[in-house]
Amino acid sequence: MLEVKALRKNYGKIAAVDGISLRADSAQTIGLLGPNGAGKTTTVSMIAGLLPPDSGEVLIDGSPLRGDTDPVKRKIGLVPQNIALYDELTALANLNFLGALYGLSGAGLKRAIGEALDLVGLTDRAKDKVATFSGGMKRRLNLAAALLHDPQILLLDEPTVGVDPQSRNAIFDNLETLKKRGKTLVYTTHYMEEAERLCDRIIIIDHGKVIANDTLHGLHRMLPVTNLLAIELESPDHFKPEPLLALPEVESAEVKEGVLKVGLHNLTTGAPSILRWLAESGHSYQHVTSERPDLETVFLTLTGRTLRDS
Amino acid sequence: MIPFLALVRKDLRLFFGDRRAVVVGLIVPIVLASFFGYLFGGQGGQQETSRMPVLVIDQDGSAISGAVVAQLGSDKNLEVNSSTLDEARTQVRKGKARAAIVIPKDFGSDAGRAFFAGGKKPEISLLYDPSHSMEMNMVQGIMTGAVMQAVSKEMFSGQSGREMVKESIAQLDANSQMTPAEKKSLRDLLGSVEKWNEQQADQPAAGGAPAGLTIPFESRQEAITSGTEEKYNGYAHSFGGMGVQFILFMGLDVGIRLLLLRQSGLWQRLRAAPLSRSMLLGSRTVSAALISGFILLVLFSFARLVFHVRIQGSFLGFLGVCAAFSLMTAAFGLLIAALGKTVEATRGYAVMATLIMVMLGGSWVPTFVFPQWLQKVTVVVPTRWAMDGLDGMTWRGLGFSEALIPIGMLLLFTVLFGVLAVMSFRWETES
Ligand SMILES: Nc1ncnc2c1ncn2[C@@H]1O[C@H](COP(=O)(O)OP(=O)(O)O)[C@@H](O)[C@H]1O
Ligand SMILES: [Mg+2]
Repeated sequence: MLEVKALRKNYGKIAAVDGISLRADSAQTIGLLGPNGAGKTTTVSMIAGLLPPDSGEVLIDGSPLRGDTDPVKRKIGLVPQNIALYDELTALANLNFLGALYGLSGAGLKRAIGEALDLVGLTDRAKDKVATFSGGMKRRLNLAAALLHDPQILLLDEPTVGVDPQSRNAIFDNLETLKKRGKTLVYTTHYMEEAERLCDRIIIIDHGKVIANDTLHGLHRMLPVTNLLAIELESPDHFKPEPLLALPEVESAEVKEGVLKVGLHNLTTGAPSILRWLAESGHSYQHVTSERPDLETVFLTLTGRTLRDS
Repeated sequence: MIPFLALVRKDLRLFFGDRRAVVVGLIVPIVLASFFGYLFGGQGGQQETSRMPVLVIDQDGSAISGAVVAQLGSDKNLEVNSSTLDEARTQVRKGKARAAIVIPKDFGSDAGRAFFAGGKKPEISLLYDPSHSMEMNMVQGIMTGAVMQAVSKEMFSGQSGREMVKESIAQLDANSQMTPAEKKSLRDLLGSVEKWNEQQADQPAAGGAPAGLTIPFESRQEAITSGTEEKYNGYAHSFGGMGVQFILFMGLDVGIRLLLLRQSGLWQRLRAAPLSRSMLLGSRTVSAALISGFILLVLFSFARLVFHVRIQGSFLGFLGVCAAFSLMTAAFGLLIAALGKTVEATRGYAVMATLIMVMLGGSWVPTFVFPQWLQKVTVVVPTRWAMDGLDGMTWRGLGFSEALIPIGMLLLFTVLFGVLAVMSFRWETES
């Protein structure tokens, strides 16, 4: 179990991490979602013991990390944001080296390497130099390298950056497998789809501060608008959405690229009254869908900015 | 122990896996050292030193001046050609001739008179190339010998000599500076010479013509090195020098790589593992030292097989100097990594520092040709001690005790650089 209490780290005047707290249990994936510069890497570095916090503490199974050689470090596996492998060495040589850093040797090391390569599907490329690998394969090996010493907690810092969709799915499957084995996963990303798909609990951070910490379900409940009705109008050009706002169920209404989007508190009662209103006012439509708002909307709602352009 | 060995093994693997590094580290210094060794004396005493080109302008054309020219021409160190004054000036200025010797008009008669009785001494001008001023002394010495021999021979046996002796006797009476006793002694001497000359003319040379006065010795130079049968081997120095230079560059490379490593994810991975800082830096020191030791070993093995360079002195001392220098290099690399910020700027400064160290340490040109003050000042340069140690243990053939000071100094620099590096090393990762 990982517990982080009020971590702080300043770089000069920049508060890179400004009082972050979180908790992660076994067989759970925690997502740290935030734009570039939010403080995700700095947080992960402090958890892994690479960086001393200015204040706050990190507890692993209840005990803090003390010093470079603290055996508690063995409970943590770090997958750094930048691919951390020697290009000039083979996959096997890399894993042999990285495993030995945790004191593994002989049959134990061999078994650990076999299992890790098997999980990420690179067994047949073990004897090839990393330089010959694709971006996706390097990312998978980067993950495998963190698993050799069988850590309880895995810190994954944007592990899918620059990866093709196929490798990304492969990595997601690997992470699901690890979670089923009871590992604690801390996953940082600036892709909300990734957080939505993988994480049991999502912590949204911005400017070093936690701005939301909930399950996906809970985050959706935080939204003022819970459902979106999208109606493709026959003649959207002259449509004025303002009168819709007078209806009691309607939270928002706008026309975007020929589609009328109406925000509703309650789909069951709201949808029929909208459609009835449209019919009565002589607007015909061709296609109706409903959408859940995504985390992008949550972030937008909380910060007034989108994840991408902040 | 497992992590430490893994760290060292990984460094060695990376080094030997990189062909370029191995080529730069081994083949280039071998080629350069062979070249420098050949230039600076090679295997000692085996090849001819080239003759110095010298021009002679004989404006006198007397028997004596002719004899001087012939005497100069027979010297094994000179290649003598006659010339005119103008031509000689041009040749010397262009560096085609090292010196030109101008024998003035009436040299023969003036020199003959001056030989016994003083009188006006003729002047021989020497035009020389200032870039070879050291060789000037040698030309002057040879010339003195040649003139002495030619003039004295003529005085004691030549036709003009006989006349001049007579003339000198006649002049004695007019000389007011000598006491009568002195005049008598000199008259007796000259009289004997005159008698000798007459006898020589009557019954010429039973056992070859008398040679005149010659310089009564010949010099033989012997370079003092380890043993009389082994001579100075220029390759011993050049291989040491190039080894030191390229190992320093290897150390520089270690530093730059460490700097790059600190900016990469691998550094985060190394720091995330339960490893002490001293293990991280210590393993790098050991691997760099092993690589340095390997480079020195290969260079000196090559020098031994191809150029017969021998460790004339203490082998243990040689190993000690190699090991101490290797450690110093590793610490130097760490210091670069610790002080450096951006790779580009660091490389620039470090290359400059390295080249200065190499130059002042005597890797290119041995320190014994440095002026005295520079020899004193360069004791603060660690490479100087490496070169002194290597020279001492190879061609100078000194014993183990003579290796102790270089080893001690190198270790001192190792500690100094190491402590500075550890104190200023930035451990935090840079994202
Ligand atoms: N070594 C450092 N020195 C100075 N500022 C830093 C350093 N590392 C990170 N920062 C700053 O701290 C903030 C958080 O960075 P980071 O944790 O890398 O964000 P993220 O991983 O979420 O993109 C950023 O403003 C970044 O510029
Ligand atoms: Mg980051």
